[in-house]
Amino acid sequence: MSGITAEQVAHLASLARIDLSPEEIASLTIDLGQIVESVKKVQEVATPDVPATSHPMPLTNVFRDDIVVPSLTVEQALSGAPDRDGDKFRVPPILEED
Amino acid sequence: MKKAELMDFDKALELYEPVLGFEVHVELNTKTKMFCGCANEFGQGANTNTCPTCLGLPGGLPQVNRKAIESSIRLGLALGCDIAEASRFARKNYFYPDTAKNFQTSQYDEPIAFNGSLTIELESGRQVTVEIERAHMEDDAGKLTHKGGATGRIQGADYSLVDYNRGGVPLVEIVTQMIEGGEADSPEIGKTYVAAIREIVKALGVSNARMEEGNVRCDANVSLRPRGSNILGTRTETKNVNSLRSVERAVRYEIQRQAALLSAGGTITQETRHWHEDTGRTSAGRPKSDADDYRYFPEPDLVPVAPSREWVEELRATLPEPPAARRKRLQADWGFANLEFQDVVNSDLLDAVEATIAAGASAQAARKWWTGEVARLANVAGVAADSLVQPHQVAALIELVEAGTLTDRLARQVLEGVIAGEGTPLEVVDSRGLAVVSDDGPLIAAIDEALASQPDVLAKIRDGKVQAAGAVIGAVMKAMRGQADAARVRELVLERAGSAE
Repeated sequence: MSGITAEQVAHLASLARIDLSPEEIASLTIDLGQIVESVKKVQEVATPDVPATSHPMPLTNVFRDDIVVPSLTVEQALSGAPDRDGDKFRVPPILEED
Repeated sequence: MKKAELMDFDKALELYEPVLGFEVHVELNTKTKMFCGCANEFGQGANTNTCPTCLGLPGGLPQVNRKAIESSIRLGLALGCDIAEASRFARKNYFYPDTAKNFQTSQYDEPIAFNGSLTIELESGRQVTVEIERAHMEDDAGKLTHKGGATGRIQGADYSLVDYNRGGVPLVEIVTQMIEGGEADSPEIGKTYVAAIREIVKALGVSNARMEEGNVRCDANVSLRPRGSNILGTRTETKNVNSLRSVERAVRYEIQRQAALLSAGGTITQETRHWHEDTGRTSAGRPKSDADDYRYFPEPDLVPVAPSREWVEELRATLPEPPAARRKRLQADWGFANLEFQDVVNSDLLDAVEATIAAGASAQAARKWWTGEVARLANVAGVAADSLVQPHQVAALIELVEAGTLTDRLARQVLEGVIAGEGTPLEVVDSRGLAVVSDDGPLIAAIDEALASQPDVLAKIRDGKVQAAGAVIGAVMKAMRGQADAARVRELVLERAGSAE
């Protein structure tokens, strides 16, 4: 039994700006369902005495000093941009006229 | 743009209770960005301070700026917050061109600071305690400019340009709990709260705190609850209200707009709204997505921040006196009337006046010179008054006036000399020869000459018409080019007139 519905996959795809065909949605629904099932198994062994963790390394407080290091040149920064205008990135319109 | 219909403010309050909430973003003034070593500075060319990390390029790896953590903890403490024993960063995922990474590195379930409060005082003397839900760390977005279209605004623009210099600059976002019971004071509460935050971050030195440069930015949440109901209304979030006056206006506007809509049977859309400084209105932005849509998850490239209690206490010991308490103390110490004190506060001259008094000047004289002549000259020069002249120089000037060496008029000339870089007040007095003539010899000579040339005035004075002496005093002051003490001249005029039998 899958814990994921096709609607959820379509919703996630739209949030992630990924255009999926109905076939892809169907197959991803099965794949993601299996992943959710596997995670469920892990949760079964994760009893309350196992603290939740977001990082595999037992590290905290890894800091850098507040010292300036050289940045990219403007040309390097813009080299991957699909479009530019002078020294700025150029992007399509964001909001329609209201 | 369709003109929004507004309900009269008093009428709106009769029908509805405003419920407020504020999110204030404070840009920290660290030397570098939050997660990379790019400079945190503006004014240079666009896209000069970027690297793979803040541009979200492959290979970029964030590293936390220790100073930013320190500033965030100090700010949290100043707001009376608890500092988390374990705190972590999370990715807030959304697509918007000002964020090259396609996520903002923020904090979600474990903010660095939480459960604070800030008591503000309104002009009426009413005290309002604003509960702070949390203060969390995140990185700023780049700066967009919108091109084409009718107005250069985001709506209807042909395209937009992005400068990522600001992308990745450290921010602390301070989130209040719901503020109820603000009633007709609601707009003023917004303004006063943001002013208090600005004052605190400035006193802490963690931000440049210039609202006009976006160092402190406010999002104002407003909803209306029908009288007699206990169900909260749908809220709107007006973004980037970037002056104190605008906060006040935007809250008032939203109360009036929402009241008009609701009373006409309409519904409020949960959305972000844009504030337009020029028209004093808000307009719909993107519909507010549910929190779930951001798909927050722990930032895998960063380890948790777990400030030790020792470190937190060390930082607590560095906190300055709370600005509100300091103001109360200084006003009492100086014995200023409310208006006098407000004048100093509003001119941003508390530090300057305090330092001038510490250098030996009387409180009233320090206030008078800073908010008077220095402020006037600064205004003419278009700079901040406290950048024009040093407090110890103003104190020295005041000392010369009080010792009788200078009249106010001469002192203003000396001040100009000091500002022009001619040296200390005393040096300017010497070099410009501006001291009051205190030797009676030259004064008596000038008086006798004036009396001799105005025999009618002399006669009047002798008849006891003392006010006639004014004409002679004026002539003498003119002859002395103002470099005389008018009170002494008056004494001498009466004395000479009496003895010139």
